[in-house]
Amino acid sequence: MTGLATTAILAAQFLLLLGMGMAIVRMMRGPRAQDRVLAMDAMTIDGMLLLLTIGIRTGSILYVEAGLIIALLGFASTAAFAKFLLRGEVIE
Amino acid sequence: MTRWLPHPWFALWLLVAWLLLQQSLAAPTIVLGIMLALALSWSLGKLGLPRVRVRSLGTLLLLLVRVFADIVRANLAVAKIIVSPSPRHTSGFVSIPLEITSPYALALLACIITATPGTIWVSHDSLRRVLMLHVLDVVDEAALIDHIRQRYEQPLLRIFR
Amino acid sequence: MNVLAAVPGWVALVIGALVIAGALLACIGSAGLLRLDTFYRRVHAPTLGTTLGMYLVLAGTIVFFWAGEGRPALHVILIGVCVSITTPISLLLLARAALARDRREGTAGIPAADPPATGADGGE
Repeated sequence: MTGLATTAILAAQFLLLLGMGMAIVRMMRGPRAQDRVLAMDAMTIDGMLLLLTIGIRTGSILYVEAGLIIALLGFASTAAFAKFLLRGEVIE
Repeated sequence: MTRWLPHPWFALWLLVAWLLLQQSLAAPTIVLGIMLALALSWSLGKLGLPRVRVRSLGTLLLLLVRVFADIVRANLAVAKIIVSPSPRHTSGFVSIPLEITSPYALALLACIITATPGTIWVSHDSLRRVLMLHVLDVVDEAALIDHIRQRYEQPLLRIFR
Repeated sequence: MNVLAAVPGWVALVIGALVIAGALLACIGSAGLLRLDTFYRRVHAPTLGTTLGMYLVLAGTIVFFWAGEGRPALHVILIGVCVSITTPISLLLLARAALARDRREGTAGIPAADPPATGADGGE
């Protein structure tokens, strides 16, 4: 049963990588800047979930802490990009 | 009380987050956490934000459970639309008249609507009190307006009176 | 060495099921970015990964650290709370930015800016 669970987590990692790949395709294809920022945000979230699954496979809590930081940094960058697209400046 | 602790909910959240990050309940950690929470909520008070008054904690918890159930349902619906061989093109903008005016109630409503897959808050006209949403799958516009006003707006009116 | 061997078999199965269900939802969300055809439709897709998909993976992580290392990794919950608060804000900002840019450029099919309310004096 452990083997089955390990396979499931490996498959989950593959799915998350696939999700990141699809987000990268959308990021390169555009067509508008907002599409690229949206795709970057989705890619950050998928990457954060991927870190959590790596944490489960290695049994190291450090990956969870890294996930927390990525989640917060991803928000800050997306908010800054959105603000820039809205007004052309980040800090008014 | 009001002067030294202008935002008690914010201070409580800071303390809980601090204890979770430290992963310990030792006395020094708790004391330091309380000091941090008090100092930061005091400095937030200097910004002069309106105070949060939660009138009915029970309604708030009920609302959160309800939102969770709606999020699960909406997740399955949106996943079905995405994996269907030809995604339907019934998306559109929907305008909804609102009664609530409290900034915190509006902020919570914005979070609820945007966090639910399939609906996103686009703009709110505070003069005419009209909210504009974008909806991925508009099946019945009147039912959607009724859903938001009955299930979310009424509890929010009771919480932030 | 396999860390999952440290937890009982059925718990490992529960963890595997939670994680793969969450990853599948996040993957469908990213697929929506490619399959849906306009920005306003695509903006709905990533919420799959940030809501139920994330909850399931977080639940699997908590169960794993609880059963495997005997201590509840409760700060995983902080990730959930932070992402639940921040994602709506970033999506909302993006939608507003897209609407403002589309209005500036006069794209078809976008609701016009609200006319000033009649009888309102001053306003914003």
